[in-house]
Amino acid sequence: MSARTILEARGIVKELGHGAGKVLALKGVDITLHAGELTLLMGPSGSGKTTLLSIMGCILAPTAGSLSILGEPTENLDPEGLADLRRRHIGFVFQSYNLFPTLSALENVRLGLDVRGIRGAAAAAEARAALVAVGLEHRLRNYPRNLSGGEQQRVAIARALAGSPALLLADEPTAALDADNGQNVMALLSDLARDKSRAILAVTHDHRTLPHADRIVHIEDGRIVGEERQTPERRARATGRAKEKA
Amino acid sequence: MVLTLAFRNLFHDRIRLVVTLVGILFSIVLVAVQLGLYLGARKMIVGMIDNARVELWITAFGAKSFEESGSLNGGERYIALSVPGVASVEPLVAAFNEWRKPAGGTALSVVVGTDLAEGSLKPWNLVAGNDADLFGPDAVIVDRTYLKELGITGLGDAAQIDVMRVKVVAMTEGIRSFTTAPYVFMTLDRARQVQGMTGNQTTFLLVKLEPGADRDTVQKALAARLPDVEVLTTETFRQRSLAHWLFSTGAGVALIGGAFLGTLVGTVIVAQTLYSSTKDHLNEFATLRALGSSAGYIHRVILLQAALSAAIGYGLGMTLALAIIEASKNTALPIIMTPGLAVGLLVLTVFMCAISALAAIMKVTRIDPAMVFAR
Repeated sequence: MSARTILEARGIVKELGHGAGKVLALKGVDITLHAGELTLLMGPSGSGKTTLLSIMGCILAPTAGSLSILGEPTENLDPEGLADLRRRHIGFVFQSYNLFPTLSALENVRLGLDVRGIRGAAAAAEARAALVAVGLEHRLRNYPRNLSGGEQQRVAIARALAGSPALLLADEPTAALDADNGQNVMALLSDLARDKSRAILAVTHDHRTLPHADRIVHIEDGRIVGEERQTPERRARATGRAKEKA
Repeated sequence: MVLTLAFRNLFHDRIRLVVTLVGILFSIVLVAVQLGLYLGARKMIVGMIDNARVELWITAFGAKSFEESGSLNGGERYIALSVPGVASVEPLVAAFNEWRKPAGGTALSVVVGTDLAEGSLKPWNLVAGNDADLFGPDAVIVDRTYLKELGITGLGDAAQIDVMRVKVVAMTEGIRSFTTAPYVFMTLDRARQVQGMTGNQTTFLLVKLEPGADRDTVQKALAARLPDVEVLTTETFRQRSLAHWLFSTGAGVALIGGAFLGTLVGTVIVAQTLYSSTKDHLNEFATLRALGSSAGYIHRVILLQAALSAAIGYGLGMTLALAIIEASKNTALPIIMTPGLAVGLLVLTVFMCAISALAAIMKVTRIDPAMVFAR
């Protein structure tokens, strides 16, 4: 039985800028994300990774093409409609964590739930559970400034997970972390992707993350140029390459 | 969490919070003092008129206020008494006079000569002596606030009004004069003497109506019978006095202008600090937007920040304003705080902060959630 489709994008084109400065950032991208998979979107700088992530995250609207999340088309949605879609289905993990410095780890996660309309005791319990799930049960009351980079990224992952979105999008989740913390975060994302109700896509150019992926999509110059699925052999090779690069 | 976030955003930068609160506090105190002075001035201007407790005033044509009116020949009293619905007509003398201090020097005063028998306008709030003492030789009653101004120390002190000797036999508390010229109560006859009035001459005739009489009907009848004078309702005379002292002299405009400026300055300070706070937290708001929050959710955070600023600023501002008001209680120009003014100031503060939040809201409305990927 094939895995449930979480996201489907067809013929995505995105123009950025105006007039003479106009750039075609995406030139007809097709991509499908399935539940239970950790997909890595890899490519050099300027290849269109972040633009595609923004479109898949319903933050940017494509110039042309179609996008649907859990079968819900996103065309013709205004900014509030897109925000509603994000609220219901998508969790984000950012390169710089984007935690609220004035809120504790628990409050940061609760804020994510509050945005999703989950409040009160239910929110407190779910936020705690999300932080326990990422191994931060001992850091609930700590503020971001008192957490390491890896711990901050875990809080961000807990915030993205809380409310059980079907799609988790991560933008360079290991870029600001050292090797150990990067591996831990990717291992966590990989574990989370085992949940058959959720698809995870991480944009990265960090080869150390390869062993954790189920699928790797390569993008260059605004086009998908290749895709590979991980087999145990490939995973082992990727691990070796990652160690060499490290 | 909206309240928590608003609270933390506000208290995160203590220096900016202090600047915001000082702005609101300054604004509240300025507006409270200006409007309190305005209310105090109003109360002083109409104090005599309100305490007379009569329905109609017969005045010379063009009477500007209680202190500034021409004189009547007094014959009007008997004509007025013959008008149906009139219960009593009482003469009252009021005019500026020169008070000569016992140790030398003069002060401007307002002589108020009342008919103690009829007693529509007797000195009130007596704190020493009693009004019957006015029947004694040279007797006058003054307000305790003005003792220094009049160059005297208390009961029994003597002075002169023009060439007439006067002696303080009783004192009131809180009968203040907007013109800063103290009121000096005396009998009607003595006031006429001081003013050089002859016979039944007077400044005003105070008309009381019979129970059930229609004020407007009586006013029209009096006006028809007395074509050479003005017959004013108490309310009309109040408004005329207020218009004269507050607006013809510009005093009221200055007070209201000061209150307006206070509001403006407060609004600008709060707007500036809220805007810069929003700019500082722009990436956080963009993150919220990326997480799927509605624009309304973010607006609520900003508005709550404004409301918290308003509540704290109002509390501090009112505390300081009340202290200033208390300190002004025994001065010649007391500041008044009424429940209505306190509520009005609260509404003004909330309004000021809400307006201030607009610029921040407009800024955050244009936020691009994609900026979260640009860091």
